[in-house]
Amino acid sequence: MEHRTLQALSFLDTPPGGNPRVRIRGVSKNFGSVQALRNVSLDVWPGEVVLIIGPSGSGKSTLLRCVNRLERPSSGEIWVDHDCVTDPRTDIRKIREEAGMVFQSFNLFNHLTALENITLAPQIVKKLPREEAEQKARALLARVGLQDKEASYPSQLSGGQQQRVAIARALAMEPKVMLFDEPTSALDPEMIKEVLDVMLALAKEGMTMMVVSHEMGFARAAADKVVFMDKGEIIEMGTPDELFSTPKEERTRRFLQHIL
Amino acid sequence: MAEEKPKIEITDSTLIPERGSGTIFSAWKISFFGALLLLVLLPLLMPEPYWDILKFVPDGVLVTFEVTLLSIALALVIGLLTGLGQISRITFVNRLATVYVEVIRGIPLLVQLFYIYFALGKVLRLQGIPAAVIAMAVCYGAYMGEIFRAGIQAIPKGQMEAALALGLSRTQALWRVILPQTIKIILPPIGNEFIALLKDSSLVSILAIADLLRRGREYASTTFRYFESYTMVALVYLVLTLFLSRLVGIMEEHLHRKGR
Repeated sequence: MEHRTLQALSFLDTPPGGNPRVRIRGVSKNFGSVQALRNVSLDVWPGEVVLIIGPSGSGKSTLLRCVNRLERPSSGEIWVDHDCVTDPRTDIRKIREEAGMVFQSFNLFNHLTALENITLAPQIVKKLPREEAEQKARALLARVGLQDKEASYPSQLSGGQQQRVAIARALAMEPKVMLFDEPTSALDPEMIKEVLDVMLALAKEGMTMMVVSHEMGFARAAADKVVFMDKGEIIEMGTPDELFSTPKEERTRRFLQHIL
Repeated sequence: MAEEKPKIEITDSTLIPERGSGTIFSAWKISFFGALLLLVLLPLLMPEPYWDILKFVPDGVLVTFEVTLLSIALALVIGLLTGLGQISRITFVNRLATVYVEVIRGIPLLVQLFYIYFALGKVLRLQGIPAAVIAMAVCYGAYMGEIFRAGIQAIPKGQMEAALALGLSRTQALWRVILPQTIKIILPPIGNEFIALLKDSSLVSILAIADLLRRGREYASTTFRYFESYTMVALVYLVLTLFLSRLVGIMEEHLHRKGR
């Protein structure tokens, strides 16, 4: 795992790796007269797990959706590796291959089995032969603990199982960064853990992750950096310890009182 | 228990009786088998003139089927294109499709038939059946377009987003994710359009096409057996449409039971 060695060198006080995996520079986004994002800048380094927290309407999800251009920023620049997301000439499909996304409402394809959900995009986008795609999909299903559910339709799966299939589906594209948009918010409490466990394992394997979530347990266990957003701005960021124990800003303190 | 509990009168609050379908004497069974019985008994008991009438029925039904099937096939293609046009982001395409639907739905089918066959006859020089098929397909294509549009829009937005996030193009997402789910939703209404079209195909008899109604009319005008002729024609239409509506019903139940 390259990034682990690189992180070990972080005492040099230089960012690990040469280039951030995701580089967000001065991004703003307006929906009509509402300003959802104001001049947001953020770096996500390879292997880093960044948790984004903040009150609802603070622009967390919008920021995430700008990274794979499900929303188009009004101004500013976003780079994923060496590709500029905000450049209209960039083939957005290439970036979407590199940035896997997991949604709050799972969004599994309802007409396809768990296995077919995972093999669809690799077959269409990566032109993988069916057998190969299925082989990979089975390995991924085993990885999220659902090897016996490959023939199940989404309607036959619990919320937690659906979300795990959705994670496997995103992983099948071999993304360089995973974007999690409130992955456990739509789940019953007893199913949250099974999804977080999968995410934790991913983080341990060195996946670069941007996670919008208020799961503090996950933050402490896996996050390298926690970003607090409010009203479309990044108020402050730091390691989970720094931010949760000694927040500098009053707004952060007030928000943390509500959720801790 | 000596004490008797006060009886709770259970009244059915719905004053309108439900459509009984499971009983032996459901409305459908009475109509369908009644019509079928008459269709068999009349020629057997009164061979003159019913047997003579029955002889032209297969020819007429074949022409009716021919016109109906050709029209529905073409209408499905027009309907799909129209439905896609109505959700298109290209303003011109969108307007074109919407105007087509508005205009066609505002003109009676009979007038459209006259228009294509007589008013445009000098330009188009169409034979009876092609003219009839085009007029019916253009007319029903508009209604089908509305069904396709509603069906596509009934698919949750997250399905398209998930497909795009995996790197599929909009077109790929539409064909591989959205439309397969749409078809299950729109099959029953499409089936109903099919039945309506079968009935409306009797209108083409005014274009000198030898469909079922035309054959009946010809027989009646030579023998003056109006009552007998039109009774048989009506019974044949009834058996056909009732049979088809049952098929649509079964299909609907099947889709319902399969869940998604």
